[in-house]
Order: sequence, then C-alpha cells, then structure tokens
Amino acid sequence: MKETNENKQPVLEIKSLFKSFGDNHVLNGFNLKLYKGENLVVMGKSGSGKSVMIKCLVGLMAADSGTIKIQDFDITSLGQKELDVLRTEIGFLFQGSALYDSMTVRENLNFPLRRHKNKVDGNKNTEELVLEALDNVGLASAIDLMPAELSGGMKRRVALARALILKPKIILYDEPTTGLDPITAKEIIQLMRDVQKKYNTSSLIITHDVDCARVISNRMILLVDGIDYAHGTFEELSKSEDPKIKAFFKN
Amino acid sequence: MELSKAIYARSKRFFSEIGDMAYFAMRFFREVVSAPFEWKELIRQCYRVGNRSIILVGVTGFILGLVFTLQSRPTLLEFGAVSWMPSMVSLSIVREIGPVIFALICAGRIGSGIGAELGSMKVTEQIDAMEVSGTNPFKYLVVTRILATTLMLPLLILMGDAIALFGSALIENLKGEVSYLLYFNKVFDALQYSDIIPATIKSFFFGFAIGLVGCYKGYNCAKGTVGVGEASNAAVVYTSMLLFVIDFIAVFVTDIFVEL
Ligand SMILES: Nc1ncnc2c1ncn2[C@@H]1O[C@H](COP(=O)(O)OP(=O)(O)OP(=O)(O)O)[C@@H](O)[C@H]1O
Ligand SMILES: [Mg+2]
Repeated sequence: MKETNENKQPVLEIKSLFKSFGDNHVLNGFNLKLYKGENLVVMGKSGSGKSVMIKCLVGLMAADSGTIKIQDFDITSLGQKELDVLRTEIGFLFQGSALYDSMTVRENLNFPLRRHKNKVDGNKNTEELVLEALDNVGLASAIDLMPAELSGGMKRRVALARALILKPKIILYDEPTTGLDPITAKEIIQLMRDVQKKYNTSSLIITHDVDCARVISNRMILLVDGIDYAHGTFEELSKSEDPKIKAFFKN
Repeated sequence: MELSKAIYARSKRFFSEIGDMAYFAMRFFREVVSAPFEWKELIRQCYRVGNRSIILVGVTGFILGLVFTLQSRPTLLEFGAVSWMPSMVSLSIVREIGPVIFALICAGRIGSGIGAELGSMKVTEQIDAMEVSGTNPFKYLVVTRILATTLMLPLLILMGDAIALFGSALIENLKGEVSYLLYFNKVFDALQYSDIIPATIKSFFFGFAIGLVGCYKGYNCAKGTVGVGEASNAAVVYTSMLLFVIDFIAVFVTDIFVEL
C-alpha cells in the first residue's frame, strides 16, 4: 500500500465484492482501489475469478454483494442510460479481443463512436478519429480488412484501438498479452505504456504474465482464494517469503 | 417413481424455458418502443432476411404449385370438377399451405442463421463488447432482427403464394389448356379478403416467432462451440413447433370469426 495514495481519491473502487456461481464461490470479499494515473496489476491463477471481477466492475455481471464505485458513481444504482454514459469513460480490452467479426476494422472502430462521438471531439469527423486510433497502434493499413483476416496480435491491437477510441480515462485490460508470442507481447505492453503517457489514463491490468507485470505495474494486487490476498509493488511482492505469493514469481 | 420424477424435471425445465422466452418477448416490446431506434441496422436486417430466403421461397413455391396441381388433377377429373382447380389451389395455398411451408423454410434458413450468429457473438464476447461500448446490444441485435423477420415474412409468403399459383397455372395451361388469364380470373374470383387478411396476420406472427426464438436461443447461448451448434439447432426445432401451435390457434380464431 503506497502512502502517497492515502489521501488521494480513487477513480475506481471495489469494496468487499462477492460473487458465486452455485456452489462455486469465486469472489469472497475482494477489495481494490485504482488511483488516477497509475497502472495497477491484478494477478491471479487461471480460474481465480479475474475476468469475473472485471465483468462485475463494468456491470456485465451482477455481483452478489459489495459496492463498486467508478468516479464516485455506484454502478449498481445507475439506470441503463447513465451506465452507458459512464461506460464511455472506460475502455475495456477483452481477453479474446471480441472484435465484431461481421464488420470491417473501420466499422469496428466506428461502433463506439455511433452514439458517443460528441464525447470525444466534435470538430474531427469519424474517419479522422478512426485513422488516428489505428495510427496509435500502428495498423492504419488494415482499416478495410475483416477481423478474420488479422493475426492474433493484430486483432489485439485493433481491439486496443477500439477500446481507446472514446479517449477513456480508465482502461481495463483483461490479459492483454495472453496467447501472444513474447515479442508481440512486448509490443502490446509498449503500446499500453505509450497510451498511458499520451492520454494520462489510469489502467487496471489483469494478467498472469510476470514479465508484463514487472514492466508495467506501479502497484500490484494478488487475487488468491477470491480475496485481495496481497498488495504492494512488484519488488516488494517478489521478495516475499509467503509461499502463496512466491508461487506467482517462481519461474 | 423414477419416471415420474424425470417427467417432473423435464416439464419443469420446459415451462421455465417458456417463461424465460415470454420474458424475452416482453423485453422486446419494452425496448421496441423506446428511443434510440436503430433504423439503419433494421433496414440492413430486412435486406438480409429477404436476400437469404427469397430464392428458396421462390423455388419451393413454384414446385409446390406444380406438384399440388398435378396431384389434384386426377381426383378432380374423376368428379368432373377440373374447372374448380384455380379456386381450390388458390384457397388452400393462400390460406394454409403457403404460409406454413414458407414459414417452415424460413425457420430453417433464417432462424438457424440468427441462432448461430448471435450464439457465436455471445460466446466470443462480442455482445459484451457492445454493451461496454455504450450500445444496448438487445436493441441493436435482437430488436432489429425480430422486427425484420416480422415485417419480411408476410412479404415473402405473399411472393411465395404468387409463384405457387403461377406454377399451378402453368400446369393447367399445359395439361388442361386453360389460359393464364382465365386461370387468374378464377383465382381472383375465389379469393376473398377474408382469406388473405387472416393469412397475412398469421404470417406476421410466424415471422415474429422465427425472430424471437432464433434471437432467444442465440442470446442465451451456452459457452463453447457446442453451445453455438445447439443454439442454432434448437432455434429451428422450437420455431417449427411454435409455428404449428400458432397455426392451430390462428385457424381456431379465424373459424370463430367466420361463424359469427
Ligand atoms: N458465466 C459463468 N457461469 C458460471 N461460472 C462461471 C461463469 N464465468 C466464470 N465462471 C467460473 O468462475 C471462475 C472464474 O472464472 P474467470 O473467467 O474469472 O477466471 P480467470 O481468473 O479470468 O481465468 P483465466 O486466467 O483463465 O482467464 C471459474 O471457475 C469459472 O468456472
Ligand atoms: Mg479471464
């Protein structure tokens, strides 16, 4: 826990989040605070409930109990319209990219702009915004391709461009590097850092990739047994003697 | 004992599924009337429904007309009632056979397509992605598709009916030397608004059923590729069953009105 954050107001806060599927108790009181401008990494084993946590966060799944606040709005108390507006402040990179496979890359990027274009920049037209977003991820040439024609790494970049097109203040990454080769993974991590610098966003990064965590994290939370088992910087946690924490860092 | 338990469990699942579907339909009616409207997507979906099934319905209709007329000729000849052919064929096709057959074909073609499409979108989290990008996926995907099938099915069925009658006229023209003009004169003499209107109303319900079940199955698709296949398959099976139920109710209701 960083002292410097103590008196700051978190942009995103999860308090004692519970979620079960029948007898499968996935989250048992998970806590998390994300402060402005930081990269917070949440690590956990496969199946530990990282994706469930992040889906509760954006209201894709209803939590059993607990409070979730985004920029001081309690998302469970918001109506559909307010929630939609709040969601434009959040970029979400899905674990499997989740590009719309019946649309071209251009249409994929246009999609978030259809309803919320004025949120970004009233002067630029959609085409300019789409090109700018694709340029940021170095894929301007792929604008007219279908997702099926892209490689896994390219898909991830397009998905990243789509997640960023509304210039969100908070970005949620669900395993941004999983399933990519180490070089492509590095490129994606570099992109994430560029974005952070360029737009001064706050990011919540979910991963079980230790390299990714080392490079990008300002602070980390380990998700074990459905709770926020340990908080700290990468150095602090990697030196820990706790066997449950050690298990994450031994290679 | 075991058997009754199994029957109980099955029927419970069946009725809870019906309940879920009714809830889904209610959500459709709630969201269809509230802004924003996805006009462009609606028109695109209408086009897709028509584009996918127009040839299928046309060919089936034509063959239906041919076969139906060829089959009926000997019987009518026997009674010396061949001149009744146009009225008999047109009444049975427009009232009953046409709507049911074309709707079944569309269930196979469009219903399964919708089930598979929405199912794979669900499984690959595309529907979730829409939701977080601030577009209501129910409106964008489900409402447009159900509206499209509801609006397009009556048109497709009317077209299929017309082609079937043309096929029938062709046989009569070749075999019985009835001119097309005479044939269609007799057809329009026989057909009343009281035949066409109930059939068209029925077609709207058929279209609604195809869209509703396809969307319901796809939208609630289970994870995995198996889930997508099941969604697509179940969409066709359930829709076909539902079509017959609707048909039965429609015939029943029409009958009451005719009695009055
Ligand atoms: N829709 C669902 N219905 C039922 N159980 C679910 C559902 N989604 C997730 N689960 C269960 O919740 C648990 C956590 O899943 P989750 O997808 O969050 O794992 P994860 O930490 O993201 O793993 P990975 O690193 O493999 O993505 C798993 O046991 C899974 O079976
Ligand atoms: Mg996951």
